Amino acid sequence: MKIDAQGKSFVDLNVEIRDCEDPEVFIERCVGQRYIATGLADKKLVIEGTPGNALGAYLNGASIWLRGNAQEATGDTMNGGEIVVYGNAGDATGYAMRGGEIFVRGNVGYRCGIHMKAYKEHKPAVVVGGCAGSFLGEYQAGGIIVVLGKDAKLPLVGNFCGTGMHGGEIYLRCNTLPKLLPAQVKAEKLDVLPEGEVRELVRKWCELFNERESEFLQSEYYRLTPNSENPYKQMYTVN
Amino acid sequence: MNMYLQPEYEVVRKEEKCTHCRLCEKQCANEVHSFDPKTGRMVADDAKCVNCHRCVCVCPTHALKIVKSDDVYKLNANWKMQTMNEVYKQADSGGVLLSSMGNPNPQISFWDKMLLNASQVTNPPIDPLREPMETQVYLGKRTVEIQRDENGKLKDTLFPQLKCKVPVMFSAMSYGSISYNAHESLARAAEELGTYYNTGEGGLHKDFYKYGKNTIVQVASGRFGVFKDYLENAAAIEIKMGQGAKPGIGGHLPGSKISSDVAETRMIPEGVDAISPAPHHDIYSIEDLRQLVFSLKEATSYKKPIIVKIAAVHNVAAIASGVARSGADIIAIDGYCGGTGAAPTRIRDNVGIPIELALAAVDQRLREEGIRDEISIVASGSIRSSADVVKAVALGADACYIGTAALLAMGCHLCRACQQGKCNWGIATQRPELVKRLDPNTAYKRLVNLVVAWEHEIQEMMGGMGINSIEALRGNRLMLRGIGLSDTELKVLGIRYAGE
Amino acid sequence: MLQREGQFRNPSGCAVAGVIDRSGQNMSGEAIIEAISVMHERSNGLGGGFAGYGIYPHYKEFYAFHMFYDSISAQEEAEKFIKRHFEIVYYSEIQTRKLPSIQNEPLIYRYFLAPLPQKLANSHLDEREYVARCVNRINAQIEGAYVFSCGKNMGIFKGVGYPEDIGRFYRLEEYEGYAWTSHGRYPTNTPGWWGGAHPFGLLDFSVVHNGEISSYDANRRYIEMFGYKCTLQTDTEVICYIIDYLVRKKGLTLDETSHIIAASFWDTIAEKEEKAREQETLLRRMFPSLLITGPFSIILGYTGGLMALNDRLKLRSMICAEKGSRAYISSEESAIRKIEPDPDRVWSPVGGEPVVFELYDGEGVRNK
Repeated sequence: MKIDAQGKSFVDLNVEIRDCEDPEVFIERCVGQRYIATGLADKKLVIEGTPGNALGAYLNGASIWLRGNAQEATGDTMNGGEIVVYGNAGDATGYAMRGGEIFVRGNVGYRCGIHMKAYKEHKPAVVVGGCAGSFLGEYQAGGIIVVLGKDAKLPLVGNFCGTGMHGGEIYLRCNTLPKLLPAQVKAEKLDVLPEGEVRELVRKWCELFNERESEFLQSEYYRLTPNSENPYKQMYTVN
Repeated sequence: MNMYLQPEYEVVRKEEKCTHCRLCEKQCANEVHSFDPKTGRMVADDAKCVNCHRCVCVCPTHALKIVKSDDVYKLNANWKMQTMNEVYKQADSGGVLLSSMGNPNPQISFWDKMLLNASQVTNPPIDPLREPMETQVYLGKRTVEIQRDENGKLKDTLFPQLKCKVPVMFSAMSYGSISYNAHESLARAAEELGTYYNTGEGGLHKDFYKYGKNTIVQVASGRFGVFKDYLENAAAIEIKMGQGAKPGIGGHLPGSKISSDVAETRMIPEGVDAISPAPHHDIYSIEDLRQLVFSLKEATSYKKPIIVKIAAVHNVAAIASGVARSGADIIAIDGYCGGTGAAPTRIRDNVGIPIELALAAVDQRLREEGIRDEISIVASGSIRSSADVVKAVALGADACYIGTAALLAMGCHLCRACQQGKCNWGIATQRPELVKRLDPNTAYKRLVNLVVAWEHEIQEMMGGMGINSIEALRGNRLMLRGIGLSDTELKVLGIRYAGE
Repeated sequence: MLQREGQFRNPSGCAVAGVIDRSGQNMSGEAIIEAISVMHERSNGLGGGFAGYGIYPHYKEFYAFHMFYDSISAQEEAEKFIKRHFEIVYYSEIQTRKLPSIQNEPLIYRYFLAPLPQKLANSHLDEREYVARCVNRINAQIEGAYVFSCGKNMGIFKGVGYPEDIGRFYRLEEYEGYAWTSHGRYPTNTPGWWGGAHPFGLLDFSVVHNGEISSYDANRRYIEMFGYKCTLQTDTEVICYIIDYLVRKKGLTLDETSHIIAASFWDTIAEKEEKAREQETLLRRMFPSLLITGPFSIILGYTGGLMALNDRLKLRSMICAEKGSRAYISSEESAIRKIEPDPDRVWSPVGGEPVVFELYDGEGVRNK
């Protein structure tokens, strides 16, 4: 089914998406409509344009392909499903996501993957093709964040990457460690991307965006993990 | 350095009554009591005692009491003993002082400085035992366009509202900060009372989904346990922006309290710290709040009222005005005397403003802006009795949240050691052997008793004022008079002095 | 120093009475004066008043303003304001009769007004809202001037004194109208200000009321959100504004309005048949802050009818009666018997259920 989003309020557009019986929905001329596919469990959405904030918030298994740029809070508190962004994504992409995957071809803004957490079989992942802003993976408690830095004109990540991190992994495709890494994070240099989940994620990213696998699989990476699961315990005194 | 800190409390045992049954020893998770085989007597380590009174209550011969130690430093009105001890502790550890429950220091209670009216001659008091006396309220937006169908019948254009049989709800206390049995007790009591309990930010245990129609679920910055089913199961969704006991800072449940069951409910791995950041990182401005409000409404098809809970801070009236325009249906305002499972002492005792002043300011501001109908107001943060509820409603609240009073009903003795996770009453702990001490069958009944008793008292006070519906008490400030208050305090509260 | 009405709450006991001829036949003010005089014991000489409907047939297209002035300068200032906003079609001092029992009366004037068309258009307001706001401004801003009646083809007459004396003072026997209401006041404290007497009116609504409501400040603080200013702090004033808001601004019927201000108890609503249950629940949920509690009996006068309403516990007395086309409402039956010794039917309305008497055939009915 095809929906022309032009001039539609987000309330109407989202009702139309929810009520649509077709498993595939194509949305064209999308400009600024927020909360698209909020909590959606099934369906595949292909969107053309620039949807508003909180695209795919609480997403529960549906699949969103965006041919354009995403704004802020994409995949907020996402529980499952996938979001594929062919352009860039804004601040707080994947905030508090617990499951599902977000693939961004270009860059992401500040605080991407903040407070991501894993839970049982849910292991959220964000793969960023370009660069990420500061506070990447702040408070990260689980899941995987990968930043590939393709054609990077900016630093691969901004400052304070992994502040307050207490779970999960961050993979940065680079050969020098970013400055200003916080104390809670330990870094380990990898000559090649290890087998397993992260390799699969990068493969999938290459496949989605038609990139050469070897370029990204055979590179040097830094893997960031937390020092401790209880990073702040020592700061308190019982009164 | 010999920096021995004298324990604040001492365990006193009447030897003639003690039968050496050692029940106190078994019941004390702090390991205060022990049996000395050499002397054949029970001994106590005062230094470990948090004064939770568990041993006093369970001792079959009532041989125990806990007394305040009379040990003193050289008296100094400025440097009190507590203040000095805090310096010693920090010099020793380098740590931030962490406290539990509400601010225990002497406070100005504005509740206690407001007096209620009663009818004499010019209109009649009403006898609540024999005449109807309504305490039921609906919470939510009341702004409506009058629309009629083809037969002229009014259409239901109202937004979803919460129906409370009494204007008292149980405030947010997460599973993790309190126990499974405590949550079950709150949920069952809410169901029986026709009111609501609040999951706090720790998710909703799958066993308690059946109490959904009496459940408010919380969405806090950590987003623990937040997913579609959780949202859909609830009667209402509360966005936690702040808490009275710790405005402006986040929460932190240590990994030691993240049992497998707590982890499952929060949807995080076991034993890992659960950190709630101070802000929602998708809310850095008021228009972002609107974004979260509407994303939750979208996620639940506009069927649930959205509550925004904020701490009472200096600019609370303006913030509330912003919240009222955010699309939220209810605002919960938590005053600075409110309780907590753990908060930095300095934050708890120094940040925020009293609920009475915040509530009065918010209600007045919303009325001045003509938007009081946009949002219902729930007041919390040291609501200690039915009289506080009545006064809160007369100042302008639609309902109140109670937290500490509910914990007390379940056996809490306000020992303020929740952060240690060794609650002997089975409330603020995840240790199975302690949790099982709290019998939900008893605890839920005690919660019901408490609220039923308060309801009767609310009715008595309303009856005295000649008011037979709580709706006619809301914002009815002429029913209040101040005593011992300055002109400024009276002005902020919007009430007159007694005798005026 | 004694405060003026409006500066404090002045609880009052009272007597109310009303009569309407549903065939539209005129009655002089004589009968209503006689009726209210029977209830002399319910008043204390500190306030009395009347409202008459259909009394200005020659000027029925114009807003009839009745004004109290404390001084010539207040009059000049008010008249300047009036001229800026209205065309004055006719005005004069209201004719009164000197009585020893009525003293310290202010200057009392009457104006028949039409809003200035250009001013009205520029205000983007509905005509009645324009008039209401003008009245509000005079009363709130011009010291010593007070509009105490401002409807079309109706008028309020009131002052400090027993109601029967006030009626004679205003020579109401010389007026002819199809409906009359009256009020005798027993305030517990009086500054002796004429504006504080009742009925209280806004546009063609007039309210007389007996009882002290307990919901006052809840109602006042709510209704003031919608542009009303309760300057008198009396129950009658707030009740009148509530009715104006619900009926004129929100478009609710009198019956619906009654189910808001004197709503049935939730338990009672639950027992009603489905449609009533739904509608009454909805109304209570929409306007909970306009529920009026405590004792009251109200007679609402409006173009084309009278409505009687008791509080839901029926804490005040109220009797209705009919004789042919005439209908009567009173605090006490004796007042009705005095002017109609042999009614066809006499009954006490149920608490919370409105009794409405309107002109036959809808002729002259409100909103037409």
